[in-house]
Amino acid sequence: MHPAFSVIFLTTLIGLGQGLFLAIYTAQVYSVVELIPMTQGDDRIFYGVGSLIALVLLGMGLIASLFHLGHPERAWRSVTQWRTSWLSREVIALPLFMGSLFLYGLFHFMGWNPVLITVGEGFAIDLTLLMGAITTLLAFTLFLCTAMIYASIRFLQEWASPLTVLNFILLGGASGFTLATLFTYYAAPELVNFIGGWAMVLTVMALLSRGASLIRNRLLRPKSTPQTAIGVRHSTIRQMAQGAMGGSFNTREYFHGKPQLLVKWVKWTFILFVFPLPILFLALGISGPFDTLFMAALAVQYLGLIAERWYFFAEANHPQNIYYQVA
Amino acid sequence: MTQLALVIDLNVCVGCSGCVTSCKEWNSSGEAGPMPDQNPYRAEPTGTFFNRMQTYEIGTFPNTDTLHFPKSCMHCAEPPCVPVCPTGASYKREEDGIVLVDYDKCIGCKYCSWACPYGAREFDEQSKVMKKCTLCVDRIYDLSLPEAERQPACVISCPTSARLFGDVEDPDSEVSVKIREEGGYPLMAEWGAQPSNHYLPRRKTHIRVREEELVRADNPLKRENFTKPSKDDQSLDDIMSW
Repeated sequence: MHPAFSVIFLTTLIGLGQGLFLAIYTAQVYSVVELIPMTQGDDRIFYGVGSLIALVLLGMGLIASLFHLGHPERAWRSVTQWRTSWLSREVIALPLFMGSLFLYGLFHFMGWNPVLITVGEGFAIDLTLLMGAITTLLAFTLFLCTAMIYASIRFLQEWASPLTVLNFILLGGASGFTLATLFTYYAAPELVNFIGGWAMVLTVMALLSRGASLIRNRLLRPKSTPQTAIGVRHSTIRQMAQGAMGGSFNTREYFHGKPQLLVKWVKWTFILFVFPLPILFLALGISGPFDTLFMAALAVQYLGLIAERWYFFAEANHPQNIYYQVA
Repeated sequence: MTQLALVIDLNVCVGCSGCVTSCKEWNSSGEAGPMPDQNPYRAEPTGTFFNRMQTYEIGTFPNTDTLHFPKSCMHCAEPPCVPVCPTGASYKREEDGIVLVDYDKCIGCKYCSWACPYGAREFDEQSKVMKKCTLCVDRIYDLSLPEAERQPACVISCPTSARLFGDVEDPDSEVSVKIREEGGYPLMAEWGAQPSNHYLPRRKTHIRVREEELVRADNPLKRENFTKPSKDDQSLDDIMSW
């Protein structure tokens, strides 16, 4: 498939935003059950500004997605087919998540945090905890919808796997936690070890999951062959003409058109940039802590994710390509 | 249930691309138009087509066979491109099974084209919407046309009658009989889209004559060696008369 930068930026930016929110809420849940100390800094800054940064990233992703459309002014129509289309579901889930995240951040920032129920001995469930739980549910719904857009197309065998969903969740989560590590350095330094530790754990998990999908895709055998495509039983079938001299939509949309060497180079770049380098920078950064190393970890991982998403598209081999081998 | 579709006889198709040009002509001036081109008269010409003529070489020289292969939308019974559309612009008509795009609802996200294993949908770079074969829906029901012309443009124009149009759900229709009796097959059946368009395979006629049929005693060909007996030879009467 041809990697479209609008979609690359959409999926990586919203993944980063979702991951950042999940990191912040994880810190809140841990501090509520007193596994980690309450933040000593200003809660309004940590939760409020943290949510705002996530919202900005999601908004940037939303804007990037509009560049993918031929008629962005009709985009509102895409909420109608949620019964059948994962794309439609994503279009609904994204603003719902953003709205919920906005309320979560707002309640924290304004300090509107009445205790709703007290469970057991003084374990209070307050408004922001509930709001965060709803937002978390929506964050995972959005991850599922985004990934299922790709995983639900059965012809694209490289994508049609539960690993695609797992990869989107773990890669988004890992990059979000890395961003959160940098953010906590400024907003709640006592949490740097906790968030940074989780960022490393998630990056390792993402490596396992993405590695598994790389191996799976390597072993794939295409279901469609020139024989099934034109229905002729002969081992030697060679295309002589595809019905277009200067290419067509079919040659532009489904082929990356880059040399195989570059694709291979992009693959090893992302494997290096998304996984080992950020882990190294995070580990060294936590030992300080040094904010420049957290910045480096985030920059390297996000650049790596752009390469990862580019490769995700380039790697997918659409069966229609069989019909478009020779001009 | 009615499912209109095309049956393409690969044994008859000569690859003249008449169907491609007549499709473009009709649909450029019909309801589905325009079908714009980019750089039509310069290097790298490209544009929107609903139907394309492809050519394949089967086998290795000198034992090769050339196959001309027109490809358009299959109007699948289970079209995978329809449920993925986020706006409902892509739809399958209940009454005749034609898969269409509502160009006023299409947002041009191209997701439907990803979900078509045949590459039958083509994005119109000028109108910024997805376009595809309409099976000349604006033609086949046009009562102002003579009945014989109420067929897709590609079918009418085919000089060798390699293209047939009809209801593949009706077992007695011309297309169903052809599919049944002449080995009609769908493309890429492995994806379960149940394409409605069918292709009739290349068929070669062989005369089966065995060696012994050529040399057997009563073969009339032997009469070629028949020589007239001379008057001195014994005749049947000479033997029988004593």
